Amino acid sequence: MPFRHLLPFILFVVVAAALGVGLTLKPKDIPSALIDQPIPEFQLPPLEGKDNGLESDHLRTGDVHVVNVFASWCLPCKAEHPFLMELAKSGKAKLSGINYKDKPKNIAKWLDDLGDPFGRIGADHDGRVSIDWGVYGVPETFIVDGAGRIRMKYLGPLNNSDRTEAFLECLDTISNGGDAC
Amino acid sequence: MISEIGHFALILALAVAALQGTLPLVGAWRGDAGLVGTARPAAIVQFMLVALAFGCLMVAYITSDFSVINVANNSHSAKPLLYKISGVWGNHEGSLLLWILILTFFGAAVAVFGRNLPDAFRARVLAVQALIGIGFLLFVLFTSNPFLRVFPPPMDGSGLNPLLQDPGLAFHPPLLYLGYVGFSTAFSFAIAALIEGRVDPVWGRWVRPWVLGAWCALTGGIALGSWWAYYELGWGGWWFWDPVENASFMPWLAGTALLHSVIVVEKRDALKTWTVLLAILTFSLSLLGTFLVRSGVLTSVHAFATDPARGVFILAFLVAVVGGSLALFAVRAPSLKGGGVFAPISREGFLVLNNLLLAAAVGTVFLGTLYPLFLDAIAGEKVSVGPPYFERTFVPLMVPLVLLMAVGPLLKWKRSDLAGIAGRLKAAALGAALAVLAAVYWVDAYSALAFAGIALAGWLLVGAAAIVVERAKFRPGQVGQSIVRLARTPWATWGTTVAHLGMAIMILGVTASETWQVEKLQVMRPGESVQVGAYQFTFEGTVLEDGANYASERGTFQVSRDGKPFVILEPEQRRYPVPPMTTTEAAIHPMISGDLYAVVGDPNGDGGWSTRIYFKPLVSWIWGGALIMMLGGMLSLVDRRHRVGAPSRARARKTRVAEGAA
Amino acid sequence: MLNATKMPALGIALLLALMLPRIVGAVAVDPPLEDPTLEARAQALFLDLRCLVCQNQSISDSNADLARDLRAIVRERIAAGDSDEEARNFLVDRYGDWVLLQPPVKKETWILWFGPLALLGFAGGLGVGLYRRREAKEAAAQPLDADEKEQLKSLMDDADDA
Repeated sequence: MPFRHLLPFILFVVVAAALGVGLTLKPKDIPSALIDQPIPEFQLPPLEGKDNGLESDHLRTGDVHVVNVFASWCLPCKAEHPFLMELAKSGKAKLSGINYKDKPKNIAKWLDDLGDPFGRIGADHDGRVSIDWGVYGVPETFIVDGAGRIRMKYLGPLNNSDRTEAFLECLDTISNGGDAC
Repeated sequence: MISEIGHFALILALAVAALQGTLPLVGAWRGDAGLVGTARPAAIVQFMLVALAFGCLMVAYITSDFSVINVANNSHSAKPLLYKISGVWGNHEGSLLLWILILTFFGAAVAVFGRNLPDAFRARVLAVQALIGIGFLLFVLFTSNPFLRVFPPPMDGSGLNPLLQDPGLAFHPPLLYLGYVGFSTAFSFAIAALIEGRVDPVWGRWVRPWVLGAWCALTGGIALGSWWAYYELGWGGWWFWDPVENASFMPWLAGTALLHSVIVVEKRDALKTWTVLLAILTFSLSLLGTFLVRSGVLTSVHAFATDPARGVFILAFLVAVVGGSLALFAVRAPSLKGGGVFAPISREGFLVLNNLLLAAAVGTVFLGTLYPLFLDAIAGEKVSVGPPYFERTFVPLMVPLVLLMAVGPLLKWKRSDLAGIAGRLKAAALGAALAVLAAVYWVDAYSALAFAGIALAGWLLVGAAAIVVERAKFRPGQVGQSIVRLARTPWATWGTTVAHLGMAIMILGVTASETWQVEKLQVMRPGESVQVGAYQFTFEGTVLEDGANYASERGTFQVSRDGKPFVILEPEQRRYPVPPMTTTEAAIHPMISGDLYAVVGDPNGDGGWSTRIYFKPLVSWIWGGALIMMLGGMLSLVDRRHRVGAPSRARARKTRVAEGAA
Repeated sequence: MLNATKMPALGIALLLALMLPRIVGAVAVDPPLEDPTLEARAQALFLDLRCLVCQNQSISDSNADLARDLRAIVRERIAAGDSDEEARNFLVDRYGDWVLLQPPVKKETWILWFGPLALLGFAGGLGVGLYRRREAKEAAAQPLDADEKEQLKSLMDDADDA
């Protein structure tokens, strides 16, 4: 059989294989461009009525930090909240929050109702600092190592056991000075 | 009860399809006329069963039967009747049922209208259609069943998104599917021909009306979708090179190549292998499109709610159908003995070039659409491919294609020469020059690329007209004879001319609206005016209103031309509370010479508002041109020779004369 | 009841209704930069940048909040004196190559960028190959005599229809 007649079949097999692999991928998950980069320089004021705002210096203390970007109008943020409370209690990392485009009254009520797991919260009213972090939706969670470098980014809520387990594993690896997750 | 009837009808249809897909093939192989004879009634019964199922689903929607999950998810008692009906296919499960309906419709059509086909061949064609149907019926019954019930039924449905209640959206899928799925007949014809190991001009004659019909519908469906996106969604553009758009465009490109290739098989008994491959390719691209839209593999505004499990099923189906047919092709293609020989400068030669360019175009769109997936799969890296890529790669391919389009139909078969048509080519070149001159006179922004586009359009316009003008053989004082000659011109020749003319008009629309669009973006206070082209827009401020679930700020523009009031445009800004979202709704006034387009934005806190105003020249010619292309296709379809397979009257007369002389 | 005479009227009414000025969802509009040249550059850049929260739109077309923010950022950078390249890189640094609608030309995207050209070349090669084989076949065919040529001519003229 002449090769030219077999060529379409061969090409199709290659394409089908790629499509098959494609089914296992998640095209909407964009990896962070900031992995292994130092955190951006920023200074965010505290929430109204509080005094614990967030700055880049606060994240370069030599400890491992977890930074969570959230908002009161974000439903998935509510879903992952219990996990954040647990994380804060466990002391495995210092938890800080960036409050994205929120209203003071709403976020105050939200934290009152659900509890406040964050050591520090920066109010990002216009969303610019979040853009510096490469954020494009809420919630997003970052793991920052002792040297102030972003090591991992999670998109979406950490609200099921698969994701929370993977997250905690990663946190452990980085806390112990490991390399990749 | 109705829903159960529909469900049962689908199961029966599957059973019939199973029989239709096997018995005729066995019968044709063994020469058993009885088994062969089961194909036609099976195809008709299968269609009727699927139509019954579809009807039952429609009844469920019309009566707002919310115990049916599909209706509950996608409809609402307050929806107008038209949108309840169109809601049937506005979701994944319903649209699949529409897919199967049209597939079985074409099967039944071949059964009823394919009387001139030999029994065994027709049986094979129907069997292949049924095999395709089996796959889709299994898919629907096992993963996407629209007839599942829920108890207790909800009080009302949850499908009341006003953005989806729109006449264009209502009719876009059926027309698109008639095209998309319509190419299944060409596919079945090709497979049947491969099984028999024979492709001859008669096959070409049989298959051509089916290809034409599907092509017309697909042209119309794509044009309607684009028209709708521009006028209804008002995103300011009319083609985004979105993966789902590309998924319908690729079969169109391949289908156009197929359409032209079939002509060569019919007329000259040549390009058989190529034509059969194109028939398989076109439908494979339709199937691929179905996969892309529903599997979540690519991100797109158009994609249905995605489910990788469904994706696996469709992929498996794709592998079976496309892989199987390409394997059959690899084995059987050598037995398709080549026929007519031709010189490179001939109608066949140019059609070959046309096909090669279209194939390169399909490949380019395919590459751009699937590359992000390939790269992610192989290297884990994410890139995105958007309109800028396609504009730089696809458009340059179209230039030689349009150049050839004007020349090809003027050439003779087998062997021709450019000198013989030099007169007509000179006229075409003159047309190009005149078009550019007209453009230079009318516009004040000069762009080499745009003028090239205008020149191409003028070239094609005259070249296409030359096809019929040449036949008329106008001589002074003999107008009557010319008219008679024109009247005797076959419909198919008119079809070619009109379709190519439509393309020229579309090119004019695209070039003019993309290049010479006038856009003004500024802050305006009430009472201020801005001049956009020949029109003066006076802003009169805004009023606040409350919509169903949004707060609206509506601006008013008084538009005047030459000092006289012309039209009032009222764009809006809508603010939705949860989640916080603002949409801007443009106001469009369409005219033949172009569209007026106005958008109002946020107030600047100082008594002014951001405003954006366009004049888009000749933009409606884009869809006008596409419509004319479709009309051309329909004219060709009307040609007696294609419909009935009967020889033309002239040829019949010649045969009688020849017989008389012998 | 709809009858034959009412249908055309209905059709025309529908057509006219579809042609009235209408309210539609639309392009984005926010305050432009003072300098029209800079604004034009910003507008051109918008078309090259992807709206990350939309499905396949540029930030020029999108109403999304993030798109507005990104447009504002691009305008700021242009106004601050950045070149087009620098403004683009500002966003690429934060979001990666994904934010560009036109993938950069690097070794991972060679196939993408040079593919179409290669396809055209391949198609051309096919064409030449086809022609060569036809030529060989043609050489093997026997010439026609005068009668056959006449017959052929009349058949050809007739068959020159589409």
